[in-house]
Amino acid sequence: MGRRLWSHYGGYLVGFASMFALWHLAAVYLVSSVLFPPPTMVFRKALVLLGNGVLVEHLWASTQRILAGFIAGSLLGIPIGLAMGSFRPLRRILEPYTEFLRFIPSVAMITVAVIWFGIGEASKIFLIIYTTIFIVILNTAAGVSAIAPNKIRAAQALGATRAQIFLHVALPATVPYILTGMRLAMANSFTTIVAAELIAANEGLGKMLWDGRMFMLVDDIFVSLVCLGLLGFTVDRVFRWSIYTFAGKYSPAT
Amino acid sequence: MSLVRLRNVQKTYRSLQGADYVAVERFDLAIESGEFFCLLGPSGCGKTTVLKMVAGFESPTTGEILMDGQPVTGASRDRGVVFQGDDSLYGWLTAVENVEFGLRMRGIGKRERRDRALRYLELVGLHGQHQKYPAELSGGMKQRIQIARAMVNEPKMLLMDEPFAALDAQTRALMQEELATVWRATQTTVLFITHDIDEAVALGTRIGVMRAGPRAGVKGVLDVTLNGARDRTDDVFLRYYRQVYEMIKDEVAKSNARAD
Repeated sequence: MGRRLWSHYGGYLVGFASMFALWHLAAVYLVSSVLFPPPTMVFRKALVLLGNGVLVEHLWASTQRILAGFIAGSLLGIPIGLAMGSFRPLRRILEPYTEFLRFIPSVAMITVAVIWFGIGEASKIFLIIYTTIFIVILNTAAGVSAIAPNKIRAAQALGATRAQIFLHVALPATVPYILTGMRLAMANSFTTIVAAELIAANEGLGKMLWDGRMFMLVDDIFVSLVCLGLLGFTVDRVFRWSIYTFAGKYSPAT
Repeated sequence: MSLVRLRNVQKTYRSLQGADYVAVERFDLAIESGEFFCLLGPSGCGKTTVLKMVAGFESPTTGEILMDGQPVTGASRDRGVVFQGDDSLYGWLTAVENVEFGLRMRGIGKRERRDRALRYLELVGLHGQHQKYPAELSGGMKQRIQIARAMVNEPKMLLMDEPFAALDAQTRALMQEELATVWRATQTTVLFITHDIDEAVALGTRIGVMRAGPRAGVKGVLDVTLNGARDRTDDVFLRYYRQVYEMIKDEVAKSNARAD
């Protein structure tokens, strides 16, 4: 058991340890400036911020926004993608929307979002939905068109109706693509939330970064950066683990 | 009345350049109930096109295809299909769930469809592995699932599109033997597409030889009067082999000449 745990997580442990070691060496011996604090100082600061509740507040604010926008964006994107992949005329009609809008980065939409929705939660969630929805739509639609024609033909020859084919063949065959789209969207959500919070927010990891710059709290900046990395890493692992556990049979390999 | 009748069937495909390609032309064929009909032809001659039309996946450009005297207008449960590759299997379902698929679509209860699926899996020699997913099974096992999946639905006939072509030689020979046994036990009507003379003589009760495409048609049909298990070293077997070989060798040469 210990052996198995080690083979699973030992690599990660060594990886993270070496990363912090390199950081430490670079900060202490190479740069040695107050503008680049070593990990020990950052962790000390993180403990302080954890103690007074500030860090949790920021972390929770960002996480909440990401989750709300990501879930809403996926729930909207999946049916639209399925419809686009299934009906060619609809695809033609909707493609201008997706192909036009996906080239306008969510960061560019921040200004509009703030004008429309103010600097509260609504603008952030709008931006996360915006950054999620197109990737999910495109991946879902691509998944539908990638279904092997023989899967559909086999169902037809087995007597399935059109509705049954959609529900029992097209939908499950597309699940791996949907999950991949969601995973990519999740990564984008992190970029977007930081940018949005940098510009307009009262709390969140991005706000923490901005305040750090304003008040020259370099340690705070690094605490926020480390949190972003760890949060992203954790969320992605959880996502991968859920796919493996609950949707393993839909994994792209099969 | 024949079970399936193809009358003066022609199929034209439009290529991307806009030029028409006539895959099959003046194609006539009658398949009788209970026979094992092997449609043999060089690669690229339009065998699969014929199967797709009989299955109802594609319709003829001109001519007609009748089953029990009724025109074929689309795919139907009457004609079960076994495809060459494994891409028709549902990777998210286990072997037995794949086999149950048709019964489930018809609303047959869980217990009954499981029983029936297991019976057919047994018949095709896939026991004890029914809870595995297709990706966990070998090529031969996957073809067994396909055969069971088509047969459990009790179609009037079975359409098989080079089902063993992608298997290694040993597995292929074994699968042919098993299919012959299953067929003798069930007497299902089979239309079997192949480019392999040996396979056709080993399995068929009749062999239809196709001309090389384009504009492929039926060159000739041969009755095979071998009963029971067939022995490849038997003189009669070899005589049939030579006979079919004589019929097909010019077509293979033509087909290769065109490909060059």
